[in-house]
Amino acid sequence: MSATIDTTGVYYRDLNQQIRDMIKEGKKKFTLNNVNGQRYIGTGIKGEDKEFVLHGVPGNDLGAFMQGPTIQVFGNAQDGVANTMSAGKIVVHGHAGDVLGYAMRGGKLFVKGDIGYRVGIHMKAYKEHVPTIVSGGRAGDFFGEYMAGGILVLLDIADKKNDKNMPITGNYVGTGMHGGEIYIRGKVEDYKLGKEVGKVPLTDEDKNKLTAICDEFCKDVKADSSKISLDDFIKLIPVTLRPYGNLYAY
Amino acid sequence: MIKEPPYGEKDISGCGLSGLINKDGKRISGKDITTSIACQRDRGNGLGGGFAAYGIYPDYKDFYALHIMFDDKEFITPVEDYLREYCYIEVQETIPTIRTSVIKKHPIFIRYFCSPHRNKFNYYQGPEYEGVTQNDFMVSVVMHINFSLPGSFVVSSGKNMGAFKGVGYPEEISEFFKLEDYKAYIWTAHNRFPTNTPGWWGGAHPFTLLDWSIVHNGEISSYGINKRFIEMHGYKCTLQTDTEVVAYILDYLIRKQKMSFKAACTVLSPPFWEDIEKMPEDEKMATKALRTIYGSAMLNGPFAVLLGHSNGLIGLSDRVKLRPLVCAEKGETVYMSSEESSIIAICPEPDKVWFPHAGDPIIVDLKEGVNS
Repeated sequence: MSATIDTTGVYYRDLNQQIRDMIKEGKKKFTLNNVNGQRYIGTGIKGEDKEFVLHGVPGNDLGAFMQGPTIQVFGNAQDGVANTMSAGKIVVHGHAGDVLGYAMRGGKLFVKGDIGYRVGIHMKAYKEHVPTIVSGGRAGDFFGEYMAGGILVLLDIADKKNDKNMPITGNYVGTGMHGGEIYIRGKVEDYKLGKEVGKVPLTDEDKNKLTAICDEFCKDVKADSSKISLDDFIKLIPVTLRPYGNLYAY
Repeated sequence: MIKEPPYGEKDISGCGLSGLINKDGKRISGKDITTSIACQRDRGNGLGGGFAAYGIYPDYKDFYALHIMFDDKEFITPVEDYLREYCYIEVQETIPTIRTSVIKKHPIFIRYFCSPHRNKFNYYQGPEYEGVTQNDFMVSVVMHINFSLPGSFVVSSGKNMGAFKGVGYPEEISEFFKLEDYKAYIWTAHNRFPTNTPGWWGGAHPFTLLDWSIVHNGEISSYGINKRFIEMHGYKCTLQTDTEVVAYILDYLIRKQKMSFKAACTVLSPPFWEDIEKMPEDEKMATKALRTIYGSAMLNGPFAVLLGHSNGLIGLSDRVKLRPLVCAEKGETVYMSSEESSIIAICPEPDKVWFPHAGDPIIVDLKEGVNS
């Protein structure tokens, strides 16, 4: 049922082929040791019964187009994690790079530390498929740009030793956003927000939802939830549905 | 001529870069940087790889080390005749290369350790050329070879440094030039995926002038205006690639205009006007002045670059971070790369890893006195 692979020096294509072959043989749980830079791990893999535990720094597009499996990364992740992922869960016990959850349409991505630029852009939701990205740290520019659905949460509870000066979020938060919701624990200056989003108070329903998300996140990444108070959050939602509806219809 | 024909296909860009500096000036072999850049093999496509190394020629550190690439034997004599007329050549030798299984066809590489010829240089110091330095003289020598002498290109021209580049994956280029035999306190490396311009030996990164070297991931959409700007100041763009303008702009801003690295980086990747408005008054005025005066030197488009020079290494990305850049530190060594894994490949447990903010230069200098 389970397999352990030492990935030292293994080229990404060979590694991913090996994993797919093992899945065909009925293996469901994978422990990958010494991962360093191999791209596309877990990409396109289907089934909630598959589990991956990665030790090291996986390469770009971890879990892209993934449908169901769980990936735990004991290390940092690079760019493009959960690209267009539709179901499953990825937990990164370190920080992660740029363009996480691009066009994600279901499942969860939890990052214990900071996240880079363009996280959650083009994310979308449909009925019960609500993609969720939570970071225990801070985010770069273009957080939730063109977001069409789903939930983004920034907690800023992580260790800041690698970058003391980074603000909780960069510029252009939610620029072009027209669906979904962003929760940020802390203050965000208005000039950092895209013209299409506004700050609104949290409803009781929001608070219940956020509590459940934070509890799950803190449990998964072993973070201290006592720092989190629901009163500290701001919620961002799109304030117009079709901001450019008249762009070509003058 | 065995110059590669232009490679006309347009592909999705994804170059990779990696660099390291030891602030104590401790020199390490080219093995580590090769391992690091090889880790991101898939960011390139085998059409360009290259390295810049600082501190490799301590025995000749007072001479300009000209690495020259010749398309064929017939092009050597005219260049050497020209060099002998304008420069004193202390030593000249073929750059050692080995036959590898993958690099079959390649140009001839020769290095010349030289200094401006006393008579010629004195002429340049005549009244109408007042203020011309040895560096200026060497820039004109490099420009003349690249622009006017067929079949030859100067790959690098700084003191105690050199560039090694060609068509192939970087680990193949490293093997070809035997870089494990060189020791440097700064290394940069590049893995190329040519997009808009041909993949040929001269078009591989780094691009250099004097001791400046640039490796670049991305594309410089403002190439046209940058080229016109820098050509007005006597630089000639001959290498069919956008990146070379960065080397010349840096030389112009820092060496000729005596600008600080920070200010030069502000020119290359300036803040948006709306962000300038939010700055304190002094900084606002200075930044506005830089953007106004040097507007044509601003780089537009997606990029991350590593800029090497004799005394340090600088990492810089565009203002909205359209290309990745990650840094790490371990003791006195600082690493910069497109991917964290390529740092981890040579430094498994860094003291700290961080992502530079868009447009914020990471400026790392050698410790004072190390390079005197």
